[in-house]
Amino acid sequence: MKNTVEIRWHGRGGQGAKTAALLLADVAFKTGQYVQGFPEYGPERMGAPITAFNRISKDEIRVHSNIYDPDYVAVVDETLLHSVDVTAGLKKDGAIIINTPKSSEEIRPLLNGYEGRVITVDARAISESTLGKNFPNTPMLAAVVAVTGILERDPFIQDMKASFRHKFAKKPEVIDGNMKALQMAFDAVEEAL
Amino acid sequence: MSAKSIKERMSGNEAVAYAIRQVEPDVIPAFPITPSTEIPQMVSTFIANGQMNTDFIPVESEHSAMSAAIGAEAAGARTMTATSSVGLALMWEELLLAASNRLPIVLTLVNRTLSGPININCAHSDGMGARDTGWIQIYSENNQEAYDNYIQAFPIAEDPSVHLPVMICQDGFITSHAVQNIELLDDASVKEFVGSYDPEEYLLNPGNPVSVGPYSVSNYAMEAKKAQADAMVRAKDAILKTGERFGKLSGRSYGLFEEYRTADADYIMVIMGSAAGTAREAVDELREEGVKAGVLKLRVFRPFPEDEIAKALSACRAVAIMDRCESYNGHGGPLAQEIPAALFRNRVSVETVSYVYGLAGRDFRVEEVRSVFQDLQDLSENGKTIEQFQYIGLRKKQE
Repeated sequence: MKNTVEIRWHGRGGQGAKTAALLLADVAFKTGQYVQGFPEYGPERMGAPITAFNRISKDEIRVHSNIYDPDYVAVVDETLLHSVDVTAGLKKDGAIIINTPKSSEEIRPLLNGYEGRVITVDARAISESTLGKNFPNTPMLAAVVAVTGILERDPFIQDMKASFRHKFAKKPEVIDGNMKALQMAFDAVEEAL
Repeated sequence: MSAKSIKERMSGNEAVAYAIRQVEPDVIPAFPITPSTEIPQMVSTFIANGQMNTDFIPVESEHSAMSAAIGAEAAGARTMTATSSVGLALMWEELLLAASNRLPIVLTLVNRTLSGPININCAHSDGMGARDTGWIQIYSENNQEAYDNYIQAFPIAEDPSVHLPVMICQDGFITSHAVQNIELLDDASVKEFVGSYDPEEYLLNPGNPVSVGPYSVSNYAMEAKKAQADAMVRAKDAILKTGERFGKLSGRSYGLFEEYRTADADYIMVIMGSAAGTAREAVDELREEGVKAGVLKLRVFRPFPEDEIAKALSACRAVAIMDRCESYNGHGGPLAQEIPAALFRNRVSVETVSYVYGLAGRDFRVEEVRSVFQDLQDLSENGKTIEQFQYIGLRKKQE
């Protein structure tokens, strides 16, 4: 799978990791690329560890298996670091993006000796300050876009604004909060990079 | 190409729901079951929003869904439904009635394993369990094929020389819930392609009263079965004609199966559904390494294109037959029975190895395709003994 970026999402049921993967596929689609976004379904229940995947490519995507050697990993819930081998197969020249208030130095010892880039984003704090609730997937989506460079910041923000207007047509009051969450996450990652 | 192509991204379920809106059948009776639930759910939203004019009947079980579909279709209405797994199993009795009464119902099946252990993920055991019910069965690799096959289902089913129900299958979750790129057709082109449904005979036709599904005595029942079997044979031509016509409309034509790099192949894998894409990826890798590998992706399982498959496999050295389904006969799944029989009847002598893979959503990877081709090479070139029937992707004992 040359020319293909592979991303694996780790989250817990109910946190929106699947939605984030589907939104990322949307974002990449609008850049004219081939995309794939899919969750791995197990026993569906709130709080259970779940995995979702993205492939983004210049070429048609034919493979339908899960992703075992990702270029990037996004961890939506840092408590998973103790129970799931989130860096399994993660490429050294890739990166892992983790939702946590801790610094990358504090997190690295939990990553089974992973030597690549570790980027931390306090998606929970961003979400709580902008939306008043813990919806970490919106800031995590922005963080993944910022780290992977799938889309430049400005077109990404414009694009998401249109998506949110459509998605939240009946709840316009949450659009501003979501947009702010995206901006703050982007700022945080740009600082870390 | 005559239709407008709309570049989109959507899941397999969304793609089928989109196609249903465009075809706009008269009646949809449905009962929800994972992973096909989204299809009637999205369609009922389209109906509620006034985007399509279809009678949606929420029924209390899949048995009732197929019963209502039979009633509606017999009355002269273009009818479809959707289901998965044990939902299809509960329709079993009615599936046979739909086919034997020659009712061109379309069923979109999102393949999910039959219980047990109870599991929501993909296997082909549901569709394969219904393989002798008299339904035409077409399998799809991805969202695009699920969409394209669904649109073609109506002209195939309603062809006056066929008059049989059609099952359009796609892999549960693997494609039904995966968002990928797709090229949609414009509404008007789809409507024109499927045309209007004008059955020759139907119940709500006072000028020409008919009975549907009466008791048939032994003096006549066997002729009815033979007529049904003959219609299935004729379906092949209707499928090919429709696939070609769809190609003119969309730029994507369809046959009974698709051959990938098989022309000069020493080794060919026969496979259906989403795993065929993974197999093609592995074949490209192997070709770069000098291994002459190829893939035969079976699209039409009923009617079974036995002579065509035998011909396509006649020049290779060894064939891997891949079943996402167990038959509990001790030597392979449904394809592992049909294909060697096809080879035998066509006097084609070629080594075959049968595999069961991907049961209950077990992931099927490029590495596993490669290991299957390695088996074929070992068998054919290295003089090794290879087990004739194997499971692939099983956990090792310590796992």
